[in-house]
Amino acid sequence: MSAMANPFPEASAAWSLPDRGKVAMASLIVAESAIFTIFVVAYLFYVGKSITGPTPREVLETPIFYTICLLSSSLTVHLAAKSLARDRVGAFLGLWVLTVVLGGTFMYGTGQEWHRLIYQHGLTISTNLFGTTYYSLVGLHAFHVTAGLIMLLIVAIFALAGRVRAQQSRRVEVLAMYWHFVDAVWVVVFTVVYVLGR
Amino acid sequence: MSSNAITIPGVQINEKPWVDTLHEWVTTVDHKRLGVLYILYALLFLVIAGVEALIIRIQLMFPHNHFVSPEVFNRLFTLHGTTMVFFMGMPILFGFANYLVPLMIGARDMAFPRLNAFSFWLSALGGFLLYFSLVGANGLYGAGNAPDVGWWAYAPLTARAFSPGHSTDYWTLALLVSGFGSIGTAINIIATILCMRCPGMKLNRMPLLAWLNLVMAGMVLIAVSPLTAAQAMLLIDRYLGGHFFDTQAGGSAVLWMHFFWIFGHPEVYILIIPCFAFMSEIIPVFSRKPIFGYPVMVAATLCIGFVSMSVWAHHMFSVGMSSYTNSFFTITTMAVGVPTGIKIFNWLGTMWGGRIQFKVPMLFCIAFLFQFLIAGLTGVMLGSAAFASQLTLSYFVVAHFHYTLVGGVVFAVFAAIYYWYPKITGRMLNETLGKWHFWLFLIGFHLTFDLMHFPGLLGMPRRIYTYEPGRGWNTLNLLVSIGAFIQAIAILLFVANLIISYFKGAKAGNDPWDAWTLEWSISSPPPAYNFASIPVVASRRPLWDLKHPEDPDSRYE
Repeated sequence: MSAMANPFPEASAAWSLPDRGKVAMASLIVAESAIFTIFVVAYLFYVGKSITGPTPREVLETPIFYTICLLSSSLTVHLAAKSLARDRVGAFLGLWVLTVVLGGTFMYGTGQEWHRLIYQHGLTISTNLFGTTYYSLVGLHAFHVTAGLIMLLIVAIFALAGRVRAQQSRRVEVLAMYWHFVDAVWVVVFTVVYVLGR
Repeated sequence: MSSNAITIPGVQINEKPWVDTLHEWVTTVDHKRLGVLYILYALLFLVIAGVEALIIRIQLMFPHNHFVSPEVFNRLFTLHGTTMVFFMGMPILFGFANYLVPLMIGARDMAFPRLNAFSFWLSALGGFLLYFSLVGANGLYGAGNAPDVGWWAYAPLTARAFSPGHSTDYWTLALLVSGFGSIGTAINIIATILCMRCPGMKLNRMPLLAWLNLVMAGMVLIAVSPLTAAQAMLLIDRYLGGHFFDTQAGGSAVLWMHFFWIFGHPEVYILIIPCFAFMSEIIPVFSRKPIFGYPVMVAATLCIGFVSMSVWAHHMFSVGMSSYTNSFFTITTMAVGVPTGIKIFNWLGTMWGGRIQFKVPMLFCIAFLFQFLIAGLTGVMLGSAAFASQLTLSYFVVAHFHYTLVGGVVFAVFAAIYYWYPKITGRMLNETLGKWHFWLFLIGFHLTFDLMHFPGLLGMPRRIYTYEPGRGWNTLNLLVSIGAFIQAIAILLFVANLIISYFKGAKAGNDPWDAWTLEWSISSPPPAYNFASIPVVASRRPLWDLKHPEDPDSRYE
């Protein structure tokens, strides 16, 4: 429509705007951070306020190995996204599947820890304030890991079918942002639950 | 300017059967249709919650009245508050943001049209869940048929022991679900504004409406999420036997208050900032001057968004926090008045020396300025911890926040509806009916909410279902109730105007107000694709540049 054309056109500088996928994921991460903040505040507020046992000091064991798994998956997902951007599809697929395996290992670790807490120590979400806040905070994080794993798996299936190419690398990077966020949250949860809260 | 709709010669468009039209509306991902759906949905809830308010006022008209039982009264004020905040206030403002932001920044749709539809239907499901409790909340317990815990739902009132049945669960789920919808919409608004602007639409050229909605959306991300988290905790308490707010097991009721008000106070700014946006678009057009102090307006909005995140505990001065905490929240509350004051002066500066046209949208804007100022003043009074301790939980507080939400938000929403109705429907709203609506609503508003301050000062607590005669509250309460009915009549006139003008109103044309933002450059109602070709802008008032090529704004900015 020529009527709307600018009477004083600017020098035709390139008009570039940020990628909407990345902006949206960043916004989602802000919102999610607020949710996690509230759960972290509740956890810290109730540290040592349980009326009955068991206490964190008695039952918690620091999951060093599984933490290393999750944190290193951040590196693999980053390298995977980079490989895809350079159209190295094979390297992408390998690193991507490795990310899924590392994330899955972490979830196995969480499951094992919960199993031990429930069956050996009788700690459930309704036992005491520690149980309520612990299962809520760690569970919220585990829920996010699971959601991330499902999305990673969907991409992995498409990649195995040969449908993920360099054109999709921006979308894959958006998913990688989410995965980095899940890892960053674990750093906070780990610090709060296994270091400060003992 | 002629209409820029694309017509294909030789193609006859047949009338569609109504079921096809309905199907199109239900499955739509068009930001304009979703905007209209949001607005209609919100207006429906405005009427429902308004009727609840009228029943409350009938009950309080006389001392020892027996119009409704105490239990029903509790349910009424809970439903009224929850509905007005979550299912009227937020949806109607999201509706306008949805409709206007892409048009104003020269985009063809929101960044994520399907997320947009999903968010709307989530919000709609939330409203449905809240009112479904009227039918479904009896469950096996036979206790309560609507939530009755108040809109803050303080612990331990929401514990299983004190709220048996499912009414509180429906309340929780309604807020949880609509909260997800709000977060989805906020993400969409941010991505749209940052990533979908037309060429030349730099951030410092965006219409203020887009700027203010950007800030609002950012606040939704940070403020609504804590509510979502708190509702999840409440559900864990109620269904999984958790102890977050269970004082018997060492849990804290005050923690819920903090979590609720960390959401609750920014929420009122989430509601009012889009109204500031309406002011910033409407006042310049009817003053025939560009907005005064554009950069300062943006800075003040960011400042409000920032400071309002740290004022929440002024809702809790009577809880027994330390004197340092009280002082901190008193100071921050006073501080948030400064950028708000800057805004009021900027609107006055815009009107100063302008050729003011007293059309209906402008009348509502002028009333907004006066009323929001007074609401701000009582806000500063209540922001002082010493004063608030005397008047907290009294009708003074009720009068204060209704002054901001009715005198502020509702008046601004009416201004926006009168201003953009021609763009949305292609027809003008009737000016005479509009003036009747304005004056009746103004009189009713002031009769109700000016006088409501006084029973509060005389010691009348909020949320009581009746009161003793002989305390000096009788006449005031009667007049307050009469004012409520005058407002109801004004709303009826407004609804009549909306319907009559839709069929009989004068044709609006593209640009009935001689305005300056991009939405007025296209036909009314706009075509599905908005802009046949994406516009290029060189200043904050692209249509001014177009209409006055000899003296464009771009020369001065």
